[in-house]
Amino acid sequence: MSTVNDVVIKIATVNGTGSASANGLLMKAIFRMGIPVVGKNYFPSNIQGLPTWYEIRVTGDGHQARTDRIDLMVAMNAQTYEQDLAAVRPGGWLIYDSTWPRSRLLNRDDINVIGIPLSKMCNEKFDTARARILMKNIAYVGVVAALLDIDLDVIRTLLSETFASKAHLVESNLAAIRLGYDYATANFTCPLPVKVEKMDKTANHIIIDGNTAAGLGCVYAGATVGAWYPITPSTSLMDAYSAFCRKYRMDADGRKRFCIVQAEDELAAIGVVLGAAWNGARAFTPTSGPGISLMSEFIGFAYYAEVPAVIFDVQRTGPSTGMPTRTQQCDLISCAYASHGDTKHVLLFPANPEECFYSARLAFDLADRLQTPVMVLSDLDIGMNDWMCPDLKWDDNYVPDKGKVLNAAELESMERFHRYLDVDGDGIPYRTLPGEHPKGAYFTRGSGHSKFGAYTEDADEYQEVVDRLLIKWETARTLVPDPVIEYSQFNKTAILTLGSCDGAVREALGKLKEKNVGLNYCRVKAFPFTESVRDFIEKHDRVYVVEQNRDAQLRTLLMLDVGADQEKLVPMLHYKGLPISADFVIDGVLEDMSKGQAA
Amino acid sequence: MSYIRKPKVTHPKMPRNSLGLTVRDYEGGVSTLCAGCGHDSITAAIIQAVFELGIEPHRLAKMSGIGCSSKTPAYFVAQSHGFNSVHGRMASVTTGANAANRDLTYIGVSGDGDSLSIGMGQFAHVIRRNLNMCYIIENNGVYGLTKGQYSASADVGSVAKKALPNRQMPIDPVSTAIGLGATYIARSFSGDKQQLVPLIKGALTHRGFALLDVISPCVTFNDNEGSTKSYAHTRKHFQHVIDADYIQPSQEIRVAYDEGEAMPVKLHDGSKIVFRKLNKDYDPTSRAAAFSFLRDSINKGEIITGLLYIDESTGDMHSDAGTVDTPLSQLAYKDLNPGNAELEKLMNRYR
Repeated sequence: MSTVNDVVIKIATVNGTGSASANGLLMKAIFRMGIPVVGKNYFPSNIQGLPTWYEIRVTGDGHQARTDRIDLMVAMNAQTYEQDLAAVRPGGWLIYDSTWPRSRLLNRDDINVIGIPLSKMCNEKFDTARARILMKNIAYVGVVAALLDIDLDVIRTLLSETFASKAHLVESNLAAIRLGYDYATANFTCPLPVKVEKMDKTANHIIIDGNTAAGLGCVYAGATVGAWYPITPSTSLMDAYSAFCRKYRMDADGRKRFCIVQAEDELAAIGVVLGAAWNGARAFTPTSGPGISLMSEFIGFAYYAEVPAVIFDVQRTGPSTGMPTRTQQCDLISCAYASHGDTKHVLLFPANPEECFYSARLAFDLADRLQTPVMVLSDLDIGMNDWMCPDLKWDDNYVPDKGKVLNAAELESMERFHRYLDVDGDGIPYRTLPGEHPKGAYFTRGSGHSKFGAYTEDADEYQEVVDRLLIKWETARTLVPDPVIEYSQFNKTAILTLGSCDGAVREALGKLKEKNVGLNYCRVKAFPFTESVRDFIEKHDRVYVVEQNRDAQLRTLLMLDVGADQEKLVPMLHYKGLPISADFVIDGVLEDMSKGQAA
Repeated sequence: MSYIRKPKVTHPKMPRNSLGLTVRDYEGGVSTLCAGCGHDSITAAIIQAVFELGIEPHRLAKMSGIGCSSKTPAYFVAQSHGFNSVHGRMASVTTGANAANRDLTYIGVSGDGDSLSIGMGQFAHVIRRNLNMCYIIENNGVYGLTKGQYSASADVGSVAKKALPNRQMPIDPVSTAIGLGATYIARSFSGDKQQLVPLIKGALTHRGFALLDVISPCVTFNDNEGSTKSYAHTRKHFQHVIDADYIQPSQEIRVAYDEGEAMPVKLHDGSKIVFRKLNKDYDPTSRAAAFSFLRDSINKGEIITGLLYIDESTGDMHSDAGTVDTPLSQLAYKDLNPGNAELEKLMNRYR
């Protein structure tokens, strides 16, 4: 069987050996040939010495998910050699460093083993220990280039761009590429039956991770205060914000138009965000599940005292410390209802880095408009993996929605300002900023307060405010984005999902259709759920709810928030920490349907 | 907290400050703390200090956490914005507020539980950031609202009402702050308004982190015999080592000081603090000397008060971070957004 532009390459290495840049080079070369790619990094919670894998799916069809199939394994790590050998699909290929022959271990006769003396060649070619290690990685890129027929000119261009100011590095990297390329060409039949060919499907597209896109989004949305406590997998979001701010937000004299506070913990990080937002700045914090747990008290405060805040939760595998470098969608309920007492919060569910970028702007607009915390629930798969996305664009006519903030002139003309009155009937009161005008002063508190902003322990005064917050919740429902809904054909069965499941589900929908199984599709983009989510569920008899957690948290939210009938919501749960694949969805749907037929 | 609005009665002959306001304009709601609570005296001192400094009420931000002390921002300067946050977290909220708007004056009121137990981490780190604020600890050695448990500042051997003597070592906020690098550190006593008012004025004017630890007896749970935070004990053992007078920029130094004993320190806005050393061996500009003197006095059971350490040479969080002078919350959006043309250029990095 031979294929063009449909191959999955998995590279097994040891973390800390510099393989990331080699893998990035390989993926970008294929992307530059106009072929869509998906990159997934499986890495340990460790600095150096443990196994790590990088998976590149070359997908001429433009799929966005990973797949469980491995066509070509680059087995560079002796520790995981056996496991990597076993992972190759029958008929697939395995590249290994034959400097140390492993004939005893080559116990699969249903795959093709390609031995390349990478270490030997690099040891002969390069002088220093560090160069030998690094260049061994670059050399396997040369091998894969030969085997898949990747354009060497593209690789050369990429290297000269990467090392623009260091010509000698371009030369040494190219030399390493040639070592691998030439050896493979001389000793094996190249290209393999699985190969790549130039296409034109990546024009106006980029390869970016969600954290970089979200950090950039915060800069574009006008955020000036970022507070955080470093936590995997959200750290690169603040790193990106910081780097983009240094690029775009420096005055000529080197002064900064932003302030980043690396707090002592997440409790402080969210406190900084609330203080800054109370004072009129757009402020945010990136975190992950354990951070949400710590922030919960303040999130409830912000809900009740009505202070805007933007929180990015880049979800990782829980519970507790869990698996910090693995992905899940496991914080849906803890974010939706974070904190004690009656609280509920607006959540956004980006599906990819492009949506992370635009979610930042939306989150700040909603937080300012609704005067409440808004959480963007990304995950490790979106946040840290490389996704192909359309170019990011900005509407220069955009004006930030700062919400109902009274300015000095408005306050001057008012007889008296009261903080928590529902003047407009939408449940959203007016607020003022400290320092603006003497009439604007009010007391922000998490203790019981009346609609006038005064401390209260009066039963009716208390209830009036929390009931008004429910009116605001219904207003939020009208402001958050509608789901993506697609009808394949008129039938009564559907898939409903969110976030990073999108790619796998879409691929599954296409493949199920080829098997004459047509399903309708709904991807929710926010909580609370809009009316169209309720309508969609009501229109169907059976709705597969695909999500990446054990306890069907999205399904629970659907039951709680729109009263969806639990009988028709069929959970389909993927939660082992790896990104979900289309096969998982296809198998789940077909299995359920066959059960239905049997009954 | 106060349910009752305080009637505002201003006598035409009442003194007015530089803004033409009287001290009445700086009052807040009626206190609901116990009669005789030290905190109310501190509230009165804050009102006096803010009035004398001529701070516009709406340019003052009153920050607090949870506890008896944290209720008090409702009892002073009603026309100021207040932020009564969650327990032990006033410092982080103030950090954010100051990050967004560096032009306001920040006063934080906390207690020994709020700062030295649940908020110890935030207390330490706000000092480390050298946040420009006045941080007052109303220190009584007990938890009042939960009815009299020892706090982390209770001295060994001190006995609170209805309790066995405390056996755990106290955390002393002043020596902690000296160790952590605070740049204005003072201690006073709620019953000594004369000493307290200039210390608050100096703390509000100092650029960087200013700590005021004020012994403030809890009349209900810790004012009994055997308590080291009672009125009687504090009055008996407190000693002024350094008195400080606050001199506004426009004011002349009228009081004559003996040479060698008076020591003026200029604050960043041109005003001055003049030290009057009551103990010749004490040097309030030496962190090491201050620390050593303080530890010696603790060992002797003395409560030394006054402006114990000052360093006017440092900046604050903003100067360390290198932020622009304009408050970040007031920057125009066009100065924050790089625009679509830049985004188009940036996209090439990701191809």
